Amino acid sequence: MVDVRFVDEYRDPELAKVLLADISQLAARQPPRKFMEVCGGHTHSIYRHGLEALLPESIELVHGPGCPVCVIPMGRIDDAIAIASTEGVTMCCFGDMLRVPGGTSTLLEAKARGADVRVVYSPLDALALAERDPTLNVVFLAVGFETTAPSTAVTLLQARERSITNFSVFSNHVTIVPPMKAILDSPGFDLDGFIGPGHVSTVIGTTPYRFVSADYGRPVVTAGFEPADILQAVAMLLRQLDEGRCEVENQYKRVVPDGGNPRALALLAEVFVIRPHFEWRGLGFIAQSALAIGPSFVAWDAEQKFAIPGLRVADPKACQCGEVLKGALRPWECKVFGTACTPETPIGTCMVSSEGACAAYYNFGRYSPRARIPVRAD
Amino acid sequence: MATDEDLAARDAVLDRIDAWRKRAPKLTDDIVTMAHGAGGKASQALFEAVIRPAFSNPILDKTDDGAVLDVPAGHRVAVSTDAFVVTPRRFSGGSIGDLAVNGTINDLAVMGATPSALAVSLVLEEGFPIQELREIVADVAAAAAAAGVEIVTGDTKVVERGAADGCYLTTTGIGFVAVGNPLGASSVQAGDVLVMSGTLGDHGIAVLVARGDLALGTDVPSDTAPVHRIVAALLDAVPETRWMRDPTRGGLASTCNELAGVAAVGVRLTETALPVRPVVAGACELLGLDPLYIANEGKILAVVPADRADAAVAAMASCEFGSEACVVGAITDEHPGLVVLDTAFGGTRIVDMLVGDPLPRIC
Repeated sequence: MVDVRFVDEYRDPELAKVLLADISQLAARQPPRKFMEVCGGHTHSIYRHGLEALLPESIELVHGPGCPVCVIPMGRIDDAIAIASTEGVTMCCFGDMLRVPGGTSTLLEAKARGADVRVVYSPLDALALAERDPTLNVVFLAVGFETTAPSTAVTLLQARERSITNFSVFSNHVTIVPPMKAILDSPGFDLDGFIGPGHVSTVIGTTPYRFVSADYGRPVVTAGFEPADILQAVAMLLRQLDEGRCEVENQYKRVVPDGGNPRALALLAEVFVIRPHFEWRGLGFIAQSALAIGPSFVAWDAEQKFAIPGLRVADPKACQCGEVLKGALRPWECKVFGTACTPETPIGTCMVSSEGACAAYYNFGRYSPRARIPVRAD
Repeated sequence: MATDEDLAARDAVLDRIDAWRKRAPKLTDDIVTMAHGAGGKASQALFEAVIRPAFSNPILDKTDDGAVLDVPAGHRVAVSTDAFVVTPRRFSGGSIGDLAVNGTINDLAVMGATPSALAVSLVLEEGFPIQELREIVADVAAAAAAAGVEIVTGDTKVVERGAADGCYLTTTGIGFVAVGNPLGASSVQAGDVLVMSGTLGDHGIAVLVARGDLALGTDVPSDTAPVHRIVAALLDAVPETRWMRDPTRGGLASTCNELAGVAAVGVRLTETALPVRPVVAGACELLGLDPLYIANEGKILAVVPADRADAAVAAMASCEFGSEACVVGAITDEHPGLVVLDTAFGGTRIVDMLVGDPLPRIC
């Protein structure tokens, strides 16, 4: 039986009123503040629940790089298409990935041209498919931050344990701290604090964010994904600034232990190695920011198993995803937002995933909810 | 020279052959072969053994190339057609056979028409089990009988193995609509309210669960059902009803967007008012789906004047399949062309048309 307990209480409008009163009071005593929610899950939740319009006008939420689909560079999509188009290959991926534009095509188009591309909900589904049908050559297209990397690691361990040789993983796993550092170092950086990732932190804990407060003097509050979680994180950031504190705080204590999940971290260390550098969509190459499959799992590494083109494809000139991912540009300020680039015909990745800032804006909040849609008076 | 005896013997053989030829063809196969679609004896055998016994009625039994229907005085003809390719073909609460009848009937019903007759076309893949075909045909017959419509004509084609996925159905429905029926998007105006005849997303989630790749230990029955009696009750109680649709693929969200577009009005939905079964809400939460976009197959969305909302809800609720009817939103002139949701949390957001297909082949 599926149950939505543990969700509804964080969507309670009465709780919202209390939190919003708190936020208004704190905001009134401060200059305008800009906070970045690092994680795409937060961006999605902010728009899905219409939080932006509830916040005081002096609080701006800026959307960060933590959307796994958004940060995949076009060249890696072309590589995935090349693998999927190899005779005899069955490519398994999450549904989001089908429409991500590569240099000239998408996995959805490759499927229509005859590639065997299937949507799965978990890497274990892809492994089960390989085990069920030994005639298939199954490749799982792995994307995501430290949130999803452990499930890929578990899958690889199981593949080795059960000697399933008709299965491999094309790893595009990335890590969250290096892009945060890249944003902190970027010219013109003007954020006042961060709403830290929730699910990533269940794995890595909150300690890895200490440098943000210690070295860059910006507070971080890791937060859950329900609307009340996000409002509470905003209130906690404002309170730190109000009291002159600058710390890493944990709003999502019900799920996130400060030390992370040691078992998941051990799994990651066993299966993956850090790549020297990896290209991020719009952000360029970032050192030590991605996970490759380690030497003990070479036999399950699609990058070793297949001849992949590995070509770098320059982002389309008109696309400003990089600026959006850094929070330097609001989605609707991009030149092609909502005209040449829409969810139907995305140019940039931010318009593809439901966690992408542009898609969230376009689908839920188009332009400015404050300007366009009157807030319900009650 | 043939003797009389020889001639008599020959006549006896010819008579026997003649009698044998007149005998109804017998279906001995247990799978569909290309011969069953060739229009010859095997086709006839399939029709006589499987299809006619299930659908039999005076018009179909004439086995003409088509059907001729009388139009009641003061009425016009409404036509609708739908193809059904759902996978899997059987799911909790229904099958491709139920869907094929209800889907087309419902399209007619929301036009304000009374469904009367159906044409059914089958595309079968070589090798399809006759037993499963019997079951599907039985479902079609039962759904048609429950809805009070007759299957008056049809067709069966067979394609090579691999050229189709088992069995596809197409139904074309004929209904009659009274001259002067005022239903239309142009009469929708600000201040009207939206009434939904029941819960959202049951069918889409039922099919998803039936595919078995979710490992959800639960049962979600599809809502597949005919809605024409709900429509009739509504129009009877609230003749001022402005507009109706059955929110199938794309769910309530897509239907509201269509309305906002054609009527050039704003649609304002209230999240707390949306009827969603806890199990459907839970499945959507887990999968990152939104019940607003999940298909229904036995629901209607109607726009009625605000002061007739209670009467509309009561009329729907008095019908089978309408007991959970409720008001889900209102029409406004504030944001023409846009569908906006007041979220449960007190915020607002746009509800846009869906891009892509989160759940392919659900009907």
